[in-house]
Amino acid sequence: MDTQAQAQGDAPGVDPGERHGARSYLIGLAYAVALTVASFWAATTSFVYAPAVPVLLGTLAIAQMGVHVAFFLHISSAPDQANNFLALAFGVFVSALVIFGSMLIMSNLNHNMMPMDELIKMQR
Amino acid sequence: MSAAGQALTGIPGVPLALRGPAPVRVVAGFGFWLFLLSDIIIFAALFATYSVLSGSTAGGPSAAELFDKRHVFLETMCLLASSATCGFGLLAIQRTDARAMYFWMGITFLLGISFLTMEGREFASMIAAGAGPSHSAFLSAFFTLVGTHGLHVSLGLVWLVVMLLQVATLGFQPMVGRRFFCFALFWHALDIVWIGVFTIVYLGAK
Repeated sequence: MDTQAQAQGDAPGVDPGERHGARSYLIGLAYAVALTVASFWAATTSFVYAPAVPVLLGTLAIAQMGVHVAFFLHISSAPDQANNFLALAFGVFVSALVIFGSMLIMSNLNHNMMPMDELIKMQR
Repeated sequence: MSAAGQALTGIPGVPLALRGPAPVRVVAGFGFWLFLLSDIIIFAALFATYSVLSGSTAGGPSAAELFDKRHVFLETMCLLASSATCGFGLLAIQRTDARAMYFWMGITFLLGISFLTMEGREFASMIAAGAGPSHSAFLSAFFTLVGTHGLHVSLGLVWLVVMLLQVATLGFQPMVGRRFFCFALFWHALDIVWIGVFTIVYLGAK
C-alpha cells in the first residue's frame, strides 16, 4: 500500500493492505442476518406492543443500513475517509429531505383537500 | 502544522497542496461513490412516492393482502448472502486468485439470479391475479419502486458477466480491478436499498 494513497484518503470499500479481510464480511453478514430475522420477527409477532412496531422496524432498518455501510462498503469516519463520509452525510441529508418533505407536504395537502361529496355538490 | 491538521491529513508535515493528484483508484472509487449516492436519492424519491400512495388502493387489494413475508425473507437472504460472497470475490481479486474469484463471483451471480427469479414470479402472480401496475396508485408505486430495484439488480448481473469476461481476457490489470471494485460497491448499495424496500413495502404493509 503506497503512502500517497493513504495521504489522499481512501476510496470507499477499498481494502488497503488487507485491512478488512474476510472477517469484516463475515461479521457484517452475521449482523445483517440477525437484524433481518429480528425485523421479520417484529413484523409478525404479537409480543411487541403493536403501535410500537413501526418504530422498531425503522430502528432495525437503520441499524442494518449502518452495518452494510460499515462492514460491506467500509465507509468509516476515519481521517483518511473524510471525503467519503461527508458525501455519505450529504446523501443521507438529501434523501431524508426528499422522503420526509414529500410526506409532510402531501399529508398537509390531503388534509386541506375538500371532501369529495362537497366537491360534487359544488359542481351541481 | 496543528494537531487537528495532522489528524485530518494522516501524514504530518505535508500540506495538502504539496501532495499532488490522488491515485486513480481513489478518484475512481470516490466518483463512483458519488454516483451511488445520487442513485440512492432517486430511490428516496420513489420511496416518498410509495409512502404517499400506499393507501390509495382504489378498491383493489391492499399491501397486507398481497405480500407473502416468507417469500420476501428468502429474497432478502439471497441478497445478503450475495453481498458477502461478492466481498469474498473482491478479496480474491486483490490476491489475484482467479479460481477463488470465479467461485465467489459465480455464487454471487447465482444468488442474484435466484433473487430476480423470485421477484419475477411474484410480479407475474400479482399481474395474473389482476393486481397489475395499472390497477391502483398503490400498485403503480409498488411496481415502480420494486421494479427499479429489480432493474438495478439485472443491470448489476450484466455488469458482473462483463467483468468476468474482462478478467478472462485482460487478466488482473489494475484497470479491471478498479472496475470490479466499483461493481462490488454497486452490489452492496443495492442491498442497502433493499433493506428500505423490505422494511417499508413488505413489513410495513398495513
